[in-house]
Amino acid sequence: MRFSGLKILKEGLTGNKGWTNHWRDPEPKQEYDILIIGGGGHGLSTAYYLAKNHGLKNIAVLEKGYLGGGNVGRNTTIVRANYFLPGNSEFYSHSLKLWEGLEHDLNYNVMHSQRGLINLFHSDGQRDAFARRGNAMINQGDDAILLDRDGVRDLLPYLDFEQTRFPIYGGLYHPRGGSARHDAVAWGYARGADTRGVDLIQNCEVTGIDIEQGRVTSVQTTRGTINAKKVGIVVAGRSGQLAAMAGMRLPIESHILQAFVTEGLKPCIDHVVSFGMGHFYISQSDKGGLVFGGDLDFYASYAQRGNLPMKEHVMEAGMTLMPMIGKARVLRSWGGIMDMTPDGSPIIDKTEIDGLYIDCGWCYGGFKAVPASGYCFAHLIATDQHHEVASGFRLNRFKTGYGLIDEEGTGSQHNLH
Amino acid sequence: MRIPCPICGERDRREFYYVGDAEIVNRPSPDASEDLWNDYLHNRENPAGVTKDLWYHESGCNSWLIVTRNTVTHEVESAELTVDIKGDLS
Amino acid sequence: MRVAGKGLINREKTLNFKFDGRSYKGFEGDTVASALLASGEKVFGRSFKYHRPRGVLTAGSEEPNALITVGQGAFQDPNVRATTQEIFEGLITRSQNNWPNLQYDILSVNDLFSNFLGAGFYYKTFMWPKSFWEKIYEPFIRRAAGLGALSGLHNSDTYEKAYAFCDLLIIGGGPSGLMAAKIAAEAGLDVILAEQEPIFGGRLNSETEKVDGILGSDWVAKIIEELKELDNVRLFLRTTVTGVYDQGTFAAVERVGHHLPDRGNDRPLECFWRFVAKNSILAAGAIERAIAFPNNDRPGIMAASAVRTYLNRFGVSPGRSIALFCNNNTAHNTAKDLLESGINIAAIIDSREDSKTDLDVPFYNGAEVSNTFGRQGLNSIIVKKNNTESKIEVDCLAVSGGWNPTLHLTCHMNGRPTWDEKILSFVPENGVIPNMAVVGAANGLMDTHSCFASAQKEVGLIIKASGKTAKTKRLPKTEITKYEISPKWSVDGKGRAWLDYQNDVTVKDIQQSVQENFKSVEHMKRYTTQGMAIDQGKNSNVASLAILADATGRGIPETGTTTFRPPFVPVSIAAMGKNAQGIGFAPQRYTTSHVASVDRGAPMVEAGLWYRPSYFPEVGETNWRQSCDREIEMVRTNVGVCDVSTLGKIDIQGPDAHRLLDFVYTNMFSTLKVGKVRYGLMLREDGHVMDDGTTAHLAENHYVMTTTTAAAGQVMRHLDFVHQCLHPEWDLGFISVTEQWAQFSIAGPKSQELINAVLDKPISSETFPFMSCASVGILGEAGRLFRISFSGEHGYEIAVPARFGESLFRLLVSRAEEIGGGPYGMEALNILRIEKGFITHAEIHGRITAFDLGMQRMISEKKDCIGKTSASRPGLLDSEREQLIALKPVGSVKQIVAGAHLFDLNDEPVRENDRGYVTSVGFSPTFGHFIGLGFFKGGQARLGEQIKMVDHLRGIETECEIVNTVSFDPKGDRLRD
Repeated sequence: MRFSGLKILKEGLTGNKGWTNHWRDPEPKQEYDILIIGGGGHGLSTAYYLAKNHGLKNIAVLEKGYLGGGNVGRNTTIVRANYFLPGNSEFYSHSLKLWEGLEHDLNYNVMHSQRGLINLFHSDGQRDAFARRGNAMINQGDDAILLDRDGVRDLLPYLDFEQTRFPIYGGLYHPRGGSARHDAVAWGYARGADTRGVDLIQNCEVTGIDIEQGRVTSVQTTRGTINAKKVGIVVAGRSGQLAAMAGMRLPIESHILQAFVTEGLKPCIDHVVSFGMGHFYISQSDKGGLVFGGDLDFYASYAQRGNLPMKEHVMEAGMTLMPMIGKARVLRSWGGIMDMTPDGSPIIDKTEIDGLYIDCGWCYGGFKAVPASGYCFAHLIATDQHHEVASGFRLNRFKTGYGLIDEEGTGSQHNLH
Repeated sequence: MRIPCPICGERDRREFYYVGDAEIVNRPSPDASEDLWNDYLHNRENPAGVTKDLWYHESGCNSWLIVTRNTVTHEVESAELTVDIKGDLS
Repeated sequence: MRVAGKGLINREKTLNFKFDGRSYKGFEGDTVASALLASGEKVFGRSFKYHRPRGVLTAGSEEPNALITVGQGAFQDPNVRATTQEIFEGLITRSQNNWPNLQYDILSVNDLFSNFLGAGFYYKTFMWPKSFWEKIYEPFIRRAAGLGALSGLHNSDTYEKAYAFCDLLIIGGGPSGLMAAKIAAEAGLDVILAEQEPIFGGRLNSETEKVDGILGSDWVAKIIEELKELDNVRLFLRTTVTGVYDQGTFAAVERVGHHLPDRGNDRPLECFWRFVAKNSILAAGAIERAIAFPNNDRPGIMAASAVRTYLNRFGVSPGRSIALFCNNNTAHNTAKDLLESGINIAAIIDSREDSKTDLDVPFYNGAEVSNTFGRQGLNSIIVKKNNTESKIEVDCLAVSGGWNPTLHLTCHMNGRPTWDEKILSFVPENGVIPNMAVVGAANGLMDTHSCFASAQKEVGLIIKASGKTAKTKRLPKTEITKYEISPKWSVDGKGRAWLDYQNDVTVKDIQQSVQENFKSVEHMKRYTTQGMAIDQGKNSNVASLAILADATGRGIPETGTTTFRPPFVPVSIAAMGKNAQGIGFAPQRYTTSHVASVDRGAPMVEAGLWYRPSYFPEVGETNWRQSCDREIEMVRTNVGVCDVSTLGKIDIQGPDAHRLLDFVYTNMFSTLKVGKVRYGLMLREDGHVMDDGTTAHLAENHYVMTTTTAAAGQVMRHLDFVHQCLHPEWDLGFISVTEQWAQFSIAGPKSQELINAVLDKPISSETFPFMSCASVGILGEAGRLFRISFSGEHGYEIAVPARFGESLFRLLVSRAEEIGGGPYGMEALNILRIEKGFITHAEIHGRITAFDLGMQRMISEKKDCIGKTSASRPGLLDSEREQLIALKPVGSVKQIVAGAHLFDLNDEPVRENDRGYVTSVGFSPTFGHFIGLGFFKGGQARLGEQIKMVDHLRGIETECEIVNTVSFDPKGDRLRD
């Protein structure tokens, strides 16, 4: 079914009886050419691009819960291409281009809104670091504008320019940055994959990965054994557990990242604002809620919930930066499990086991990567070649030291990101 | 979250600095293999369940603690001074 | 309308307030909702999507409809529940989410198009043409969406944050909570009792039930008097426990000032509490739910329990002719109480076939309400029984679909409630929050006697486990009534039947989401937005699950439930973020010379948490460059004084101190002689540079390490890690002394002359050569002297206990000025070090190795050190890595800017050709041109070559030459002199 305003008109006039399934609920077959473990944003987009770009048909996505139930459904929905290190730069640039055509590609309104992202800086040193970043973005062909204090004031007059602890020196403005409706991204890819024949199998938890003579042969699930020629693991937050089923240890620790949304408010924040000094970023959703977040809670956790110290820290950062949000009330907070890699950058790679591929380690930046991650992981699975924009995301970079991608400069070892 | 520091008693999480899996107290010898060093520095068990991890009572007594803790429930079983149990990790 | 003789309000005290510009009167004890209902108002607000007129649904914090904006200017507070806002003299309130006004809202046109605006319609349209989403559709949607508005002004209210610790936290001051508090307190436990309403008592204030022979609310008053006598009980009113966290930590908000007229004094508006409790009891009661029947959202349709609350607690009848629609026996009390107060009961419609009533009113059992009428307020309902429909004129319909235990807090640690067929609702999973017991209605017990009994039992267990004895044995006498309920979730019919009132989610939306295969409860919730409004589904989640279960043919237990996440009620950012507004976000650290520097007009700039002087302007200087250039020249030709106390200082002592130094620094320290200082490079275990600094060997087994300002904390932690976690066998101790010592750099050709002016025993270059250190007497006090230099000049750092810092600084500066020198600031310090190629954290930004800095040889071959193994990974020694270089301009453009990227001369400035970047720059008055430090791929082999610097952001392209990183005095003669 093709969605359009006309279709809504027709259905509205005829009692909305004609709407059909966004996707089927097929029984798992005995065998697939490719199994994607994980029905989150990255898994669904991988399946979509396997079908669309590579013409592959016999594919299933196995999801232990419901589609889009992972971090794609619990994030702060920011979309940007403002990375500066080789490896990341070209990848996120590619991802943003896919975002810019996503609605039409998927025939689904994911509400991608390029409202502009402003990263604030608070010292000469930070300005220099952001200038380096902005220049790298332009080198890559993306957009960046270095704003001085008055330039920031023009865009964000509501910030506290007078007495904040870390005075605002300026900002790096990324006009093409913005946000999107997170659930819609998962559903749009799911619907697109289903339409192209991919079996999306929910409530199907993988309990084992069978390997014979160094080659993956099948997976055990709560709905039986499923044979497969190739298997892709895309299970942010549970990557370690899945890898363990294949006898691997990954360079990943799982951490909690909290996010927050307020009650609905009339429009007051038009951009995405990022306040690095306070590890705070904020935007306003189309429904009117202020959506914001901060840093990791900083302890390994699978609990999908956080604690007070980081909540308070995030609110404090908001209050020092923009004290006009004081009367906004936090409606809901939640936590996602982040695959934290040593250098803070992801992994899209083959494993030592033939036919077994892994896409993981998105740390706290996976949402914006959903299109390109699926695009490049599909390319890897289909062709056994790394896509050129994702060729830096190798598993062995930690061992060799080549191509570490440490955007934050806090080290290629754990728990400093 | 609260951690029972053996020296200071139970204290709020915000007094502590977290550093990760306690296996990093078992530093390989300089001539250990590349693989061993890679494993030590990067690869993790990362269990969903009971784990031992390393915390530093930075706003307290400056002790490094090995905390036995559940990553799913956040239950804290115990906290011991690293200097007391160093070399006795299992 | 007011009902004589009813309520806990103070009729002696009339209060005036405004709603939408009109003046109203109420009594002390009224909420905005009760006072407006008393005045006959029906419409309080508009719904989110269809802008339908809405009245009051509830009498509590779960209210989804009656949202108002309170106050004006910076005090403006949007989305306040009219049901919780107490009135005070002069209170100003207004309705929200309507234009031009509450009665005639233009966007109510949406309601006419509701057929086209069903669940998820926006995912299917607004895609053509592409550019219209951001330019047309989205701005329109954003303006239409949202509820109330922020003022846009900086917060000007006061907030507070506090901790409190207790043996037992009791959440909810209704019958169960009060009973628990009484028993626990009498047994000697340290108790906190938190109640979100302005009065204790819970449902007892809303019912006519008797306890121990007296009216429930009178019994409550008696218990409170008893509790007030005990000093081991802390009573919190207007305090909502909003979240449950690990190890007995709870978040709570106390609304201290919202009910009071005066602002701007020291009293906070709200206090955000962190309660830490050994045990807790959840006694939060239950919330009555609605029934989804066609047009069930009209103003005048209310929860039956809320009608009783307005009558019995506020002395208000929400209507003159009221009908009751229910599926359970508790709701009948509404009719009984109203009748006793002389209000007309038009009908009782009970969906249970076998239900009965003793009341003398029209009674319809086995019946349902199948439609309602009245645009701005209910005027009639259709009752359907045995396929016969009759119209009844009413202005209020009290509805009860049963009760849902207020178990939300038990979900905050991932607890999943379980379905209880007896009460047709979810009850808490047992033991899901450590050391929390759930009692009373929150645990599914719907009569007062059971509430008392469960409180007694659970608190008894806690008392026993605490080694104390319960004194209260007897429970108060109550009427024992059994809760009887039959399923009635929705009524079929022509119109839309609302579930989530605020978000305008109807039964049809849920059915459509199932039709489109959003069958999982999480999918349904996200697709329809059911339960995502500001009541977080408190009123509607259970009913919507029942509808979903029905539409999918599954039972409710299999359908599951979505989880409730904190906070229980929304919490203001200002309360949780208290302290941070203005400069409160982070501590401020001041050096001892701060005042002296400010006295001299130096602009102070942030350096981490510290403040340091940027430069010291002199008369006639009009910009910072003039001052900076002068200061540099002063240091290069004369002498300058600079406070360097912000550098981290760690005092290390013990027989194994040298082992620690050898292990944390790449280079050898065990060979360092007493009285000498050495520069050291410190790596992280991943082989990258963590920090650098000097360490002085002051005496046998006694060292003082300095770190950079930025990394002082990290280095201290690192040393503790190495000692406690890797080498606890080493015999040494160390402590940070950063704040204990004030330290000043004295640099320049006349530095020795200046230093000798303050030393008790003068030194000379022979007795105190470069890289010497000693304990010295400074004007009779014990201090330390180091001969080190960060400027390239003959220089010293002199340290005194912090209490002498300011006087020494003032003295050094005045003595320096006598010989032509003076103070210098961070700008000059930065250029001086760039001229010498000395690195700071602009260069050692975390991705840099010793190899990159040209310091590979500083990694000693003779010993192990932290980071040594990792630093030998092939990728960290690759010749194509970016290596430290210095730059000078050689073309017509003379400017170098930090953050610019570097390219080979003829390459396009694109990512594929990128070879490096500039980290630090400054105009060198010494050389008369800009100089810069940066990194360039394979740069150390490219000395003397010309390259291109490109800064797209600022439109600067400069031809540069790669020069020796030590531009000034490359041999170092001056600092050794």
